[in-house]
Amino acid sequence: MKTIEQINEKIREGSVCVVTAKEMKDIVSELGPEKAAKEVDVVTTGTFGAMCSTGVFINFGHSDPPIKFRRAWLNDVEVYTGLAAVDAFLGATKPSETRENYGGAHVIEELVFGREVELRAIGFGTDCYPRKEIETAVSLEDVNQAVMVNPRNAYQRYRAATNSSDKVLRTYMGTLLPNYGNVTFAGTGEISPLNNDPEFRTIGVGTRIFLCGAKGYIIGEGTQHSPPFGTLMVKGNLKDMKAEFLKACYFPGYAPSIFLGIGIPIPILDAEIAKSTAIRDWEIKTTIIDFGVPRRDRPVVREVTYAELKSGKVEINREEVRVSPLSSFYMAEKVMKELKRMIEKGEFLLSLPVERLKGKELFKPMKQKEIRIVREFMTKAITIREDSRIEDAAMLMINKNVNHLPVVDDEGILKGIVTSWDIAKAVTKGAKTVKEVMTREVITVFPEEPIAIAISKLEKYDISALPVIDSKKRVLGIVTSETISKMLGV
Amino acid sequence: MLLQLLFDSKTVREPIISRVAIKTGVPINILRADVGARKGEIIVEIPDEKSKEIERLFNEMGVEVHEVTRTIARNDNCVHCGLCVSICPTEVFRLNEEMKVEIRTEKCIHCSACIKVCPTMALYFPI
Repeated sequence: MKTIEQINEKIREGSVCVVTAKEMKDIVSELGPEKAAKEVDVVTTGTFGAMCSTGVFINFGHSDPPIKFRRAWLNDVEVYTGLAAVDAFLGATKPSETRENYGGAHVIEELVFGREVELRAIGFGTDCYPRKEIETAVSLEDVNQAVMVNPRNAYQRYRAATNSSDKVLRTYMGTLLPNYGNVTFAGTGEISPLNNDPEFRTIGVGTRIFLCGAKGYIIGEGTQHSPPFGTLMVKGNLKDMKAEFLKACYFPGYAPSIFLGIGIPIPILDAEIAKSTAIRDWEIKTTIIDFGVPRRDRPVVREVTYAELKSGKVEINREEVRVSPLSSFYMAEKVMKELKRMIEKGEFLLSLPVERLKGKELFKPMKQKEIRIVREFMTKAITIREDSRIEDAAMLMINKNVNHLPVVDDEGILKGIVTSWDIAKAVTKGAKTVKEVMTREVITVFPEEPIAIAISKLEKYDISALPVIDSKKRVLGIVTSETISKMLGV
Repeated sequence: MLLQLLFDSKTVREPIISRVAIKTGVPINILRADVGARKGEIIVEIPDEKSKEIERLFNEMGVEVHEVTRTIARNDNCVHCGLCVSICPTEVFRLNEEMKVEIRTEKCIHCSACIKVCPTMALYFPI
């Protein structure tokens, strides 16, 4: 048993034993947790990935005459000004209003590089803050405070992504190739901070951390914290950050974002903690989810471990699929080594958390006003068999006043669809049966899907009706653009 | 070796690659094809030792041939995330022992897929 004070004393004396999380795995498997806890004082963990929920509070000081910002921009990226007169929050994913592939993240990066950025603001023009507009250029040196405060960083683990659809998808998980063309994943697995202290014994409110080269602090659990998908809310002084450990980026089709290097030292107070820092990639599970389904609850394609993901290849539907990380293991290692160096040199002391993070928390979905679903818009489907004669199909359409006939077998399972246009084609071709002219690849919807999904399918494929089916492909009904527009009054 | 084959409105209609393959007995690997009604551009991989013979045959059949030398390059923006690894159709990128992204330029077929996905805009074709 050791205390943080004893470890800090060793740091001051220069006799502390620090190892990286990567090194610790072998130490524990060789010595066992008891002995490892005696030998090792601190384990440094690290991650380096795109963390969208990142931003900086800046205080610009007062102009003369003074202004209270109504709206303000840094290099044409709007900042949030619903605060005191010259305070603003610069968010990483806010896009520039004038420059492509540029946003809040890039402004943060330019500031860390020591460059000047253009500040443009308009004011309210009050008695106390009469000025109505200002344009100037400021660097990090010129502003009073520039404090990075990130609502959600350092995800413990994250769901990997793939794409079952036949279109390329451009997402915050990178570009996902069609037909399960690739898999992307985020997080550094066994070296990631929270995986090494899953009980939050040493990582909590007040823990001093390495944030992009500066000393930062954990200020609480992050938004959407839901162990084992834990997250952290952190802060650090932007003025002390190093450009090497932060990188602005841009995900095509999504938004700007920013790569951050975060390192957390874990004091090895006892064998229990030593054991938790021995966690290996094959013990860390996540799921691969399908971005081809544009829903909040995307279907799980399979369960997977970080060891499989890191191997560069996973199997999906008996095919080998290539995997790309989104986090840099090379940079995460650099973070762990740099933090180790800082502790060994006595530049970085450890702190005890003043409050523990919640070990359990529910990540709730958004409360929405009633979602209208396909079932409400569904009408009875008039179906036909594939060996039916064209004349019968035509007669059915006229008698029932419909333009679409789903084609089904004896069990009511969908085989195709014929439209009035197909009947016209049949006449010119001299076709005899429905089978000869029906469309076999039918675009369908499920009854519980939001109607918005049906509308986007109708638009995307330029069609006017969708058979509604169950999981066994049995036809339950049909939704037509006519019914939808009538019911929505558009 | 990679060759860029340029077909005009006449040659684009002929099965020239098959003819060259049959005549020489050399397997020709098509890496990228952009073929339209009036022209086409195809990038093929062939064994180095047969390059002279194959180039001559293509020329005789009216196809313009260029050796592909200009390959993908990267600048300091690269953070070695590895997003390009699974995007590249010819596996130019891989993570090495140090977990750094290694580029095997000889496999590059100029499709630009990686340039479009790189989040730090670190990849480009040198002019």
